[in-house]
Amino acid sequence: MSTFAAVVLFIGVVAYAVLGGADYGAGFWDLTAGGTERGREPRHLVDQSLAPVWEANHVWLIFCLVMLWTGFPGAFAAIMTTLYVPLGLAALGIVVRGSGFAFRKVLVRTQEQRVVGAAFAISSVMTPFFLGTVAGGIASGRVPSAGHGNPLTSWINPTSLLGGVLAVLACAFTAAVFLSAEARRREEPDLERWFRWRARVTAVVTGVVALAGIAVLRVDASRLFSGLLSRGLVFVLLSGACGLGALALISRGAPRLVQALAVSAVGAVVVGWGVAQYPFLLGTHLSIAAAAAPRATLVALTVVAVAAVVLVVPSMALLFVLQQRGRLEV
Amino acid sequence: MTLASTAVENASLLAADPSQLIPAREQMAFTLGFHIILVPFGVAFTFLMLIANYRGIRRDDAQAMLLARRWSQVAGVLFAVGAVSGTVLSFELGLLWPRLMRNYGAAFGIPFAVEGLFFFLEAIFVAIYLYGWERMRPWPHFWTGVPVVLSGVGGTSSVVAANAWMNQPQGFELSGGRVVAVDPLAVIVNDAFWYEALHMLLAAYMVAGFVVAGVYAVGLLRGRRDRYHRLGMAIPLTVAAIVTPLQIFMGDVAAREVAHNEPAKFAAIEMVSRTGTHIPLVLGGAMVDGEPRYAIEIPSGASLLVGYSPRTRIAGLNEIPADVRSPDRLVTTVHLAFDVMVGIGFALLALALCFALLWWRRRVVPENRWFLRAVAVSGLLTVVALEAGWVVTEVGRQPWTVVGYLLTRDAVTTSGNLWLFFTATVVLYLIVGAGTFYVLRLLRRRWRQTDAADADVPYGPSRASDEAGAGAR
Repeated sequence: MSTFAAVVLFIGVVAYAVLGGADYGAGFWDLTAGGTERGREPRHLVDQSLAPVWEANHVWLIFCLVMLWTGFPGAFAAIMTTLYVPLGLAALGIVVRGSGFAFRKVLVRTQEQRVVGAAFAISSVMTPFFLGTVAGGIASGRVPSAGHGNPLTSWINPTSLLGGVLAVLACAFTAAVFLSAEARRREEPDLERWFRWRARVTAVVTGVVALAGIAVLRVDASRLFSGLLSRGLVFVLLSGACGLGALALISRGAPRLVQALAVSAVGAVVVGWGVAQYPFLLGTHLSIAAAAAPRATLVALTVVAVAAVVLVVPSMALLFVLQQRGRLEV
Repeated sequence: MTLASTAVENASLLAADPSQLIPAREQMAFTLGFHIILVPFGVAFTFLMLIANYRGIRRDDAQAMLLARRWSQVAGVLFAVGAVSGTVLSFELGLLWPRLMRNYGAAFGIPFAVEGLFFFLEAIFVAIYLYGWERMRPWPHFWTGVPVVLSGVGGTSSVVAANAWMNQPQGFELSGGRVVAVDPLAVIVNDAFWYEALHMLLAAYMVAGFVVAGVYAVGLLRGRRDRYHRLGMAIPLTVAAIVTPLQIFMGDVAAREVAHNEPAKFAAIEMVSRTGTHIPLVLGGAMVDGEPRYAIEIPSGASLLVGYSPRTRIAGLNEIPADVRSPDRLVTTVHLAFDVMVGIGFALLALALCFALLWWRRRVVPENRWFLRAVAVSGLLTVVALEAGWVVTEVGRQPWTVVGYLLTRDAVTTSGNLWLFFTATVVLYLIVGAGTFYVLRLLRRRWRQTDAADADVPYGPSRASDEAGAGAR
């Protein structure tokens, strides 16, 4: 029962990493798109493709938080009292990002657009970075079961920094793949090339960082390291294969396939982390079973999860289908 | 009260360092106070938008259609700000109140899980509705707005269920200070749930109704006396005028429930210092040295309202053990907030009746200057009443976070320095708040300019100029 609840929670984490990640990554490209004139086209595309979906993608974070605090309240309190610095910064980053994006769509004067656009873009990079450091702190076992761990070294450490950097890169990669497909759908070949080139670069950089990361984990988080290379190995290899596949196929068309490969590459890493850490929620000191809420609570969460599958999944599919078919005009 | 005193003993065993208590409470109050203003616009404003949309399609009414479309744009901005400020609140539950979550999350969290579901649906359909104007057909587009309204009702009810549970916690068993068994349905449908949820939902419809009506009343006052502005005022004002009497009734029911189920809160509301019969209804004033002062007292008023008889016995503040009794200052706050809420409620009832009377007599939207001025002010007043009502329920619960079980000073975090977080949050929210106003005013200015030759034809084909004119975004 508790494992099932943990799986549901983790599905939320993977969905947020992929869907929320693509959103954050769009902000990354917005930030690096260059000056007003040069960056106009890519920024326009980011605006157009992000507007209808960012809020829905964002709800996955709420889903994760709620599942965590209800299903595993002790672990939630432990994480919050230890990693409060990056979590607080991420929360404020989310405010800046969401409101900056919503405001930019309305503003017309370049000067104003630039200010809120920069706020949106910078927070789009900071937020996943901080969330990545949180993941690293949890994965490397730096959150004690009772909470109140070291407020600095819990997130300023090799694994956390790796987590933060990988998060930003993975976001940028998925976003570049999605945006190049979007540019293709809109028949804008220049933009398509612009994003495709960036997708390639980030794919390579992400791959290199991930490989280097293995060395970091070996030194800094040996349990995670051995987990990733034993039970998690399938997913690590799958992620690498999907990444390479996406890299190879991106210029040959079939955008759907490339998108699926990119999503799998990112998703598989996150799943690998979860599998490597199983059966522990925090380090090797708090197991999923020990952290779980009473049975009836887990049953209630299961009911909610089933309702989500019945109601939310088709709705979300409708949203994505309408967007992909160009029925939603920004 | 014996229950309360044993819990106090338990609580003081793990007494925390309360130095974080003030910044934590201030931050929670500030961010929740900010977020609650946006709630009515996600929940009820979308309903007004659908009325306009329905009218627009059914009667082929271009003005109504234009209103619906513009309102959806406003709702989009406010929904975005509401979504992110709501996310901050979920972080804060852990960052500020980790002991609440650690020990009670297994019960308290359940309504939030349900809320998450509704929030998902709301976010998805808001997006479809908001961006579906151009390329979707009228009726299918209209129907994508319906789940927004329904999930708004569901989401609000779920969050209020969590709040109601804090007021009347039930459906769980404790062992070693932690929840060990849960009855999820009893947690959600706790005794305070139904009246708190209805009261909040009606409040949301009042706020959205009067605020939007107020905006168009200002337009009418400034001489824009066209059908567009009359309709823009009439739709929300009609909804608000229907809801207001229901809310007065609901508030009366809720107050009686509070008197029965949350006697400590009711004692603060009416500043009842000692248990007794013939308790007066107290208007204004303040609590000084444990006694109500400077107030207008209506003899036996409170007793009459609670039990329909002057002999109704009402518990006083003297029944509360001294160490969990609210200080005079907080009692005064709760009492005055209640008076403000009720006072505004009755003022709005008068306005609603006035509107009904004028409409019934003349069958046109009243354009009397004094009436318009009253409508313009009513928007601000409902927001004040909303905040005041929230102060009553939150401050009225103090010093408890979970009544009888967890004191606020024991729920608060002991990590870090919250003053820094609080300061950063205030600065950021002030900027976001100002930005929201600025952006909405900008929208209004733009609409005013395009009003002469309005090119926004809903459900028309996408215009080529859209592509070129990034300014249209």
